[in-house]
Amino acid sequence: MITENTIPLFVALPLAGAFLTVLLKRIKGIPDTFGVMASIGTFVMSVFTVLQLETGQKIICNIGNWGGFQEVLGKIVGIQLVVDGLTAFMLVVVNLIAFLVAVYSVNYMTRYTEKWQFYSLFLLMLAGMNGVLITGDMFNLFVFVEIASIASYALVAFGTGKRELEASFKYAVMGGIASLLILLGVIFLYSYTGTLNMADMTLILAGRDHPALLYFVFALFLTGFGLKAALVPFHAWLPDAHPSAPAPISAMLSGVLIKALGVYVIARVFYNLFGFPHEVSLILMTLGAISMGVGALVALRQWDLKRLLAYSSISQVGFIMLGLGIGTPLAVLGAIFHLFNHSMFKSLLFLDSGAIEYAAHTRDLKEMGGLAKKMPITNGSSIIGAMSLAGIPPFAGFWSKLIIIVAAVQASHMKLAAWAVLMSIVTIAYVLKAIRFAFLGELKEKFANISEVPVLMRVSLIILALVCLFGGLLLVPDLRNGFLGNAVEVLTRVSGV
Amino acid sequence: MSKEHDHGMTIIVKTVTRLTVGLIFLYGIYIILHGHLTPGGGFAGGVIVALSFINLDLAFGGKVSAKIFSRGSTSVIEAFGGIMFLALALLGLRWGGFFDNFLHPDGEPGMLISAGIIPLENIAISLKVGAGLFAIFLTLITLQKFESEKK
Repeated sequence: MITENTIPLFVALPLAGAFLTVLLKRIKGIPDTFGVMASIGTFVMSVFTVLQLETGQKIICNIGNWGGFQEVLGKIVGIQLVVDGLTAFMLVVVNLIAFLVAVYSVNYMTRYTEKWQFYSLFLLMLAGMNGVLITGDMFNLFVFVEIASIASYALVAFGTGKRELEASFKYAVMGGIASLLILLGVIFLYSYTGTLNMADMTLILAGRDHPALLYFVFALFLTGFGLKAALVPFHAWLPDAHPSAPAPISAMLSGVLIKALGVYVIARVFYNLFGFPHEVSLILMTLGAISMGVGALVALRQWDLKRLLAYSSISQVGFIMLGLGIGTPLAVLGAIFHLFNHSMFKSLLFLDSGAIEYAAHTRDLKEMGGLAKKMPITNGSSIIGAMSLAGIPPFAGFWSKLIIIVAAVQASHMKLAAWAVLMSIVTIAYVLKAIRFAFLGELKEKFANISEVPVLMRVSLIILALVCLFGGLLLVPDLRNGFLGNAVEVLTRVSGV
Repeated sequence: MSKEHDHGMTIIVKTVTRLTVGLIFLYGIYIILHGHLTPGGGFAGGVIVALSFINLDLAFGGKVSAKIFSRGSTSVIEAFGGIMFLALALLGLRWGGFFDNFLHPDGEPGMLISAGIIPLENIAISLKVGAGLFAIFLTLITLQKFESEKK
C-alpha cells in the first residue's frame, strides 16, 4: 500500500492543499475542506505506514530518479526520502494532532478573519514538519525546518495585536539564530564528510576519529535544535510565542512542532548520525534536568492559563530529554512514549484553553471559576488531560514518566530519578491549580449565559481525551512492538546502546 | 502633460525608467529560460522580473504598476507557481518517480530545448518568487504610507 512512490505525498498533499486554498479562497468552505482533507489524508497514510512497516525495515524514495547513479558513482547523489520505524511513529503523532486541530479550527477560527490564510499557513507548517520527518538528507532537513518555522512565525502573529506581533518578532529572531547555527553545522559536516546523505554520513563518520570540528558541530546542533525544542537556556521565546498564537496553533506548536523540529532531530542526529557520544549524553541529561525544574517551578507562578501550559511544555520536554540522555533502551522507550503522550495531552489542554477562551473570552485563571457546570465536555477532557500531564495512574502520562524514572534508577542515576519524581509532584501542584481556578468553585455571574463549545471542537476534545485515557495500552507487548518498539529499535540499533 | 506625471519621481527618473524597464523585464525572462544552461534560473530571474515592476512602482507611483500587476493578483500568481511546480513533480510519479524528468530524460548539453521539465520548473519558480517578492514590496510600502499618514 505504502510504496516508495507514495512517501513524497506526505509533503505534497499538504503543500497542494495550501496552494489550492490560496487559489480558491473566494469559494465558501474551501479553506475548511482543504485543511481537513489534506490533514486526514496524511494521517491515514501514516497509519498505513505503521501497519505495513516491519521491524528494521526502511522504505527509501530517490527523488528525481537519481537512484541509478548510486551504482555508477559509488555514492548517493540526489535527495533521498526515508521512512523507518521512528519516522513512521512521528508521522502518526504529527498527523493525528494536525487532523484533530484542523477539525477543531473549523469552528474556532470563526473568531478571526481571513480563514484561508490560517489554513494555508497551517498546511505549509504541516508540510514542513512531515518533510523534516521523512527526509534522509541533511540540507533538505534544514530547508524543511525553515519552512515549518517560517509558517509558525506567521501563525504566532495571526492575531496581529501588539502582544502577538512582539511575541512573533522575538520568536522569529531566536528561530533565525537557531536556523543559522543549524546551517553552519550542516556546512561543517558536509565539508568534513563530503556528502549530505545521512546514511552515507553515518558510514563515513563511523570509520573516522572524532576531531575537534565534530565537537563544534555537536555544540552548533545542540544549540540550534535545542532552541527549536525550547530546552532551558534556549527557551525564552516559547512562553511568549505559544500563548500568543490562536489556540489550535498553540496546540500544534507545543504538541508537535517543538518535537518534530527539536526533539526528533536531536534524537535522529545524535543517535543515528553520531552514534550517541558520551559527552552529548551528559549534556542532554543536564539540560533535561534543568528544563524539568525551571519549567515546572515557573509554571507554578503563572495566572495566564496558556502561559502556564507553555512553561509546562518546557518542563515536559525536559523529561523527554532526560530519557534520551540516559540512553538505555528502556529510557529511550520512556522518552519516545512520553513524546507521544505529551503531544496528546498538551494539545488537548491547549485546545481546552481555546474552548474556554471561545466561550468565556478570558485566559486569566483569576477571572474564571465554576465553568464545570456550564462546559461539561471541556471540563471532563481538561481533567483527563491534566491527570495525564500530572502522571496519575492509569492515565497514559503516568506510564511514560514511570518508565523514565525506572530507567534512571536502573542506570544508577539516583539523583536524577529523585529530581524527576520531585518535579512530577510540582507538576501535580500546577495542574491542580489550573483545574481548581478554571472549573471548580462558584460560577461567576458574568458567565451565567455561556454554553458549551460547538460540535466540531467537542469532537476533537473527546478524541484526544480518549487517547490520553487509553494511551497506556500502547505498552501492551503486541501493540508496543509494532509502534513504539520499532521507533526505539531505530535509535538503539544504530547507535549500539 | 499626461496624468501619470502627477505621481512618482522627477521626469528624469521617469524617462530613464521608461527606457530601461522593458530591458530589465526581458533580461529576467532570459535568465529564467536559460536557467538550465547558464548561471541563474527561476529564482534569480523571478527576482529580476519583480524588480522591473518595483522600478515602475517607484518611478511612477503605485497606480501605474497596479494597472499591470495588482496586489490581489500577486497571491494568485504565487499560488499558481507553487501548484505548477508541485504538479510537474507529481506527474513524474506516473513515469518513474517524484520529480522524474519525464519529458526529456537524456538532455544535450548547450541545447535550449532539451532539458525536459527543468525549464518548466524554472518558470514555475520564477512565478512564485517574482510574485512573492513583489507582494512583499507592496506590503512594505503600504505600511510606510500608513506610518507617514500617522505622522
